[in-house]
Amino acid sequence: MAKKTDSNLYTILFSIGMVIIVGSLLAGFASSTREMRENNDKVKAQIDILSSIGVDADRSNATQKFTENIKEQYVIEGTTATENPEAYLVDVKKEQAKAKKGETQRLPLFIAEKEGKKVYIIPVRGAGLWDAIWGYIALKDDLQTIDGVFFDHKGETPGLGANITQSFFTDDFKGEKIYDQKGNYAAVAVSKSNGDPSNNDKEDNEVDAIGGATITGNGVAAMLKSGIKVYLPYFETLKK
Amino acid sequence: MASKKNIDLIKDPLWDNNPITVQVLGICSALAITAELKASIVMAVSVMFVLGVGNVIISLMKNMIPSSIRIIAQLVVVATLVIIVDLTLKAFMPDLAKTLSVFIGLIITNCIIMGRFEAFALDPNNTPLQSFMDGIGNAWGYGLILVIVGFFRELLGSGTLFGFPVLGDPVEKTGLYALGYENNGFMLLAPMALITVGLIIWVQRAKNKSLIETH
Repeated sequence: MAKKTDSNLYTILFSIGMVIIVGSLLAGFASSTREMRENNDKVKAQIDILSSIGVDADRSNATQKFTENIKEQYVIEGTTATENPEAYLVDVKKEQAKAKKGETQRLPLFIAEKEGKKVYIIPVRGAGLWDAIWGYIALKDDLQTIDGVFFDHKGETPGLGANITQSFFTDDFKGEKIYDQKGNYAAVAVSKSNGDPSNNDKEDNEVDAIGGATITGNGVAAMLKSGIKVYLPYFETLKK
Repeated sequence: MASKKNIDLIKDPLWDNNPITVQVLGICSALAITAELKASIVMAVSVMFVLGVGNVIISLMKNMIPSSIRIIAQLVVVATLVIIVDLTLKAFMPDLAKTLSVFIGLIITNCIIMGRFEAFALDPNNTPLQSFMDGIGNAWGYGLILVIVGFFRELLGSGTLFGFPVLGDPVEKTGLYALGYENNGFMLLAPMALITVGLIIWVQRAKNKSLIETH
């Protein structure tokens, strides 16, 4: 004998009921935690920016340290920069999508002061092996020497690609230049066989790769190359 | 509550009916996330929540679910619980959520969960409480294997445990590295996880001959 739960009508009604209950449960849960999640994201952005200039902050003191260290914030459109105290909230992913459609990209720029000299911090975003990777690059006031970097990822393999966040990798970028010796823009490549594992050569535009993470490493190099390039027109105006 | 059957529900999956080594379920996630011990432990705890609560929900709903869409209904329950875990972590423990979000998502594809819903929670003879015990028991057995595999992979692959160096410093060549030891990068790759699980299965079958299948 067929059970009543096997009829088509019951199945359809059950599905509709299940979708409504689960949908409203999740929507309610998501909206009740939205404010906390957004606030967490803001604080995380501040911690990450500070991390690129070597300032350690945690969630309790991030906002205070951010205002202490980051002296100016700009949003660049073309070659004009407008001061904006919430430039750190600019969504780089959305701006990159705009650029792909041919619209003008808004580029956030943060200026910190370190030992009396300006440090220019720019956000970059690209693709790793599994998902997005992003970071902040701090340039010294000559606008070509890297002062420090911060990288993060959404879903790279733990122990392999995920190691781009580790200091043994990010420290290698310090002192590297984004122009080669002939003065052409080269950014910094992630090389598997540069014969320079401890990265003493700061003139080769290369850092040593992480073993077993070729695609993530290539992603970092591509992200730097395209991410810094969009700022060059504005940097040129600063040098004049 | 503490009848022999209920205790067995918790105890059996730990070793003699282990979901990974005996039922051969949940292998994929065991390979994917065991490169670090911390990730293994968090995955085990999250699976314990999803499987325990999910088994109770499915058990309570078993007479209402139409058999033609029961797999979809089970998936909806797993996905809902996983999203709730993810949102809670993001709101209250953002730093932990950051490291874990990739693993939390993987829970949805964990065969153990669907396997237990299908094999135990939907069985008319089992009560919601027994389903809960079964869920916790299986997650416990799953977690045990994850921790064993994660321990050996992180120790031999990175020379660390929970991220702390325990074998010395590979760059400064101190501790074991001074004797010429090198980290085995192969341990961090998925094939080595499969071999490690295989070795555990071997040890287990060697100790308990009744687990050996004869054909």
